[in-house]
Amino acid sequence: MPDIETHDFDILIIGAGGAGLRAAIEAQAKGMRTALVCKSLLGKAHTVMAEGGVAAAMGNVYSEDNWKVHFRDTMRGGKMLNNWRMAQLHAQESPERVLELEQWGALFDRTPDGLILQRDFGGHRYARLAHVGDRTGLELLRTVQHRAVAVGIQVFMECKIIRLLHDEAGRVNGAVGLWRETGKFVVFGAKSVILATGGVGKMYKFTSNSWEGTGDGHALALWAGADLIDMECIQFHPTGMIWPPSARGLLVTEGVRGDGGILKNRDNERFMFNYISDYFKAETSDTIEEADQWYDNKRDFRRPPELLPRDEVARAINSEVKAGRGSPHGGVFLDIASRRSAEDIRRRLPSMYHQFKELADVDITKDAMEIGPTCHYIMGGIRVDADSAAATVPGLFAAGEVAGGMHGANRLGGNSLSDLLVFGRRAGIGAAEYALGTSGKVNIDETQVEKITQHALSFFDHEGHENAYSAHQALQNTMQELVGIIRTESELLEAKDQLRGLEERAQAVSVEGHRQFNPGWHLALDLEAMVAVAQCTTLGAIDRRESRGGHTREDFPLPDNETLGKINMVTSIANGEVSVRSEALPEMPPELKELFEEAH
Amino acid sequence: MSPETTGTDTQKTLKMRLWRGDESGGEFAEYQIPAQEGEVVLDVVHRIQAEDAPDLAVRWNCKAGKCGSCSAEINGRPALMCMTRMSTLDIDAPITVSPMRGFPIIRDLVTDVSYNYAVARRIPPFQPPVLAEGEVFRMQQIDVDRGQEFRKCIECFLCQNVCHVIRDHEDNKESFAGPRFFARLAELEMHPLDTLDRRRLVSEQFGLGLCNITKCCTEVCPEGIHITDNAIIPLKERVVDARFDPVAWLGRKLTGKPNPTPANVAAAYAPETLEDQLNARRAGQVGSHPMTTGIDSN
Repeated sequence: MPDIETHDFDILIIGAGGAGLRAAIEAQAKGMRTALVCKSLLGKAHTVMAEGGVAAAMGNVYSEDNWKVHFRDTMRGGKMLNNWRMAQLHAQESPERVLELEQWGALFDRTPDGLILQRDFGGHRYARLAHVGDRTGLELLRTVQHRAVAVGIQVFMECKIIRLLHDEAGRVNGAVGLWRETGKFVVFGAKSVILATGGVGKMYKFTSNSWEGTGDGHALALWAGADLIDMECIQFHPTGMIWPPSARGLLVTEGVRGDGGILKNRDNERFMFNYISDYFKAETSDTIEEADQWYDNKRDFRRPPELLPRDEVARAINSEVKAGRGSPHGGVFLDIASRRSAEDIRRRLPSMYHQFKELADVDITKDAMEIGPTCHYIMGGIRVDADSAAATVPGLFAAGEVAGGMHGANRLGGNSLSDLLVFGRRAGIGAAEYALGTSGKVNIDETQVEKITQHALSFFDHEGHENAYSAHQALQNTMQELVGIIRTESELLEAKDQLRGLEERAQAVSVEGHRQFNPGWHLALDLEAMVAVAQCTTLGAIDRRESRGGHTREDFPLPDNETLGKINMVTSIANGEVSVRSEALPEMPPELKELFEEAH
Repeated sequence: MSPETTGTDTQKTLKMRLWRGDESGGEFAEYQIPAQEGEVVLDVVHRIQAEDAPDLAVRWNCKAGKCGSCSAEINGRPALMCMTRMSTLDIDAPITVSPMRGFPIIRDLVTDVSYNYAVARRIPPFQPPVLAEGEVFRMQQIDVDRGQEFRKCIECFLCQNVCHVIRDHEDNKESFAGPRFFARLAELEMHPLDTLDRRRLVSEQFGLGLCNITKCCTEVCPEGIHITDNAIIPLKERVVDARFDPVAWLGRKLTGKPNPTPANVAAAYAPETLEDQLNARRAGQVGSHPMTTGIDSN
């Protein structure tokens, strides 16, 4: 390939968030010539957005805590759909991974006797999250970033990987990328490749994810022939800000409802009273009068319906919007301003108040918030071997949000930062061991490279079509409306249909201008990945005819523990088409099963 | 009408003057676009990108003030585009958005910030004491507070952009680390566990003396880090102490501990070449641990 810049490494790591950086540190420590490639500048990854903490059973605050308790919490939170071995390794190894960050300069908040302070979080039995105020993700990322710089890892910034390469035997042996700055192509040859590309939020209209969350790694794996699992399991927050644009994607804590906030539709109706299911009737107020007395007297009155479980609230919001009673931008109103004095709100919800004031000039003491279901995290992902992080295609590994299994059907807060560290490291080891077991030089197949670069350039030849931005918006609308927080068969089938059309539109978009730093072109390439991932999510959602964790079916509101609770939805490409099949979950050994029996 | 175009300010038209061009030159291009309520500058830039200028180059990631990607100069004032609300600007007048002036242009609003990454590589990293097996670090909150302030840094490089030592004197970049990295060096110097003395390095290789504390860096910091007061001034004091403290000098004489010259600090850090490191590790590890492929089940 005379005209294309080519590099040769032992290990190529795609994605420089927490998982990619941790993998790189480990691979390099194993003596591997390691390349780390990222789509943005180093240090900008979505990891910086994590606030709460790193879950690790160190027992600094509650000495009763240990890995078994953490394991049990994780499996229960994941509705038992987790890969048990991943959950076990994660619970066992995360304390060590956190302490290691201190060796690299991290400064966590402290207990009075000088240890790492740990905080409580939903679903965790003990205070377990090591943290730094509300910017733990930034601390984690900076720490591994500094470490990676200190050990001299080669970082290739602002480089988008378009496709993976493989040898005659089907083993992954490199990738073709695109320098965003110059628009020129680059080839990385490698004995093994680690995907650490994060999430898929950008296929939804409302998401807390940054622009990079376009499912690149999921799609790269899929196109390379690997299996994905449980792509239908996506965590949505029922009350994310959807308007104004400056605040879109910000999550509004449940505390706003706990402190008196109510949900209203466009007719100013407090609609939650229409959605109290029989199951919760006994404990939920059925009149406004009763509900409003609960805040001050929780003993004699029943809870307001705004405080029903997350999925009940989500289902109600979804129904109002679909019935045409939503707010102007496709959500509903969350109103605390008319309910509490400005002074009360500022005192009880100080960080919410300041965040909205500063970011969006929204005064939550004066105006209602416009909120709706917001995509936050995907539990599903590349199917991996728990111990080595190996995907189902030889030479390919995955860690972090892009890998599936660890979190089952629902992720506990704090478990993703620990996931990055534990499985980032394991992927580094797994990929190194694999690379050491291969012999001979990496042979790049020029025909594959040629095909990939021609495909990427073809978008410049499509004249007169829509641009990638409008096709992307169409995809986001389809996914938000039909494969969102509450799903039903007819809508999912409609989505499947629409995705066929969207696949064609995504392939046909025109790109204007030239190759140098051209976001319209980059989006066209990201869009192919998003469409592929959207197909996997939709197919998985159609076949999982139950409600479990981050997958809620209106038409199958209950979990099916006997059958569907014991299988993974596996999506892969067969004969050029994405298809889905089900496979049994790995069986948990008896000594771990016991943890769930004795816990009652 | 799509829901996106409803809003109270639809009558008004924004006149956005965005810098378009590359290293060979460029000019402000004006885009007229209807105003919408509740937007930040980055939202408007994105709408222009989606509707009028799909190839407009701009960096951004989190759009929540946490990643520091979208630094620019808005009406000449350095700021994050995602944290500058349109309601704080006079929208009757044209609004200009230009790339950071302190760095070479790549295209449109995107600049070459590689200088910062090069400086980062030259900083001797954290060096902790050796722990015994099973031992953990103990630090008090009051001792980590100082370092934590600097670790809030989102690396938007606005402080580097406005620092007049380099903004107007490109050649100073060789010998000057800039405010972001003085904050990083201060963080390491004040880290309760760090064992390396970087004080003379700070003045002799990172050019701390060139800073004459005009506080421009502190003023633009979106994280509100007191770069001048809490990082640069204390660093300057420590550098002076390292050079002229007669008690410390006597102590070193008596204990035989060497002066922390830049040369021996650098030696302690000793960044070998990548190849050296790799060869050393290979020699040590690969031979003693036979590695397996671990993946032949596929």
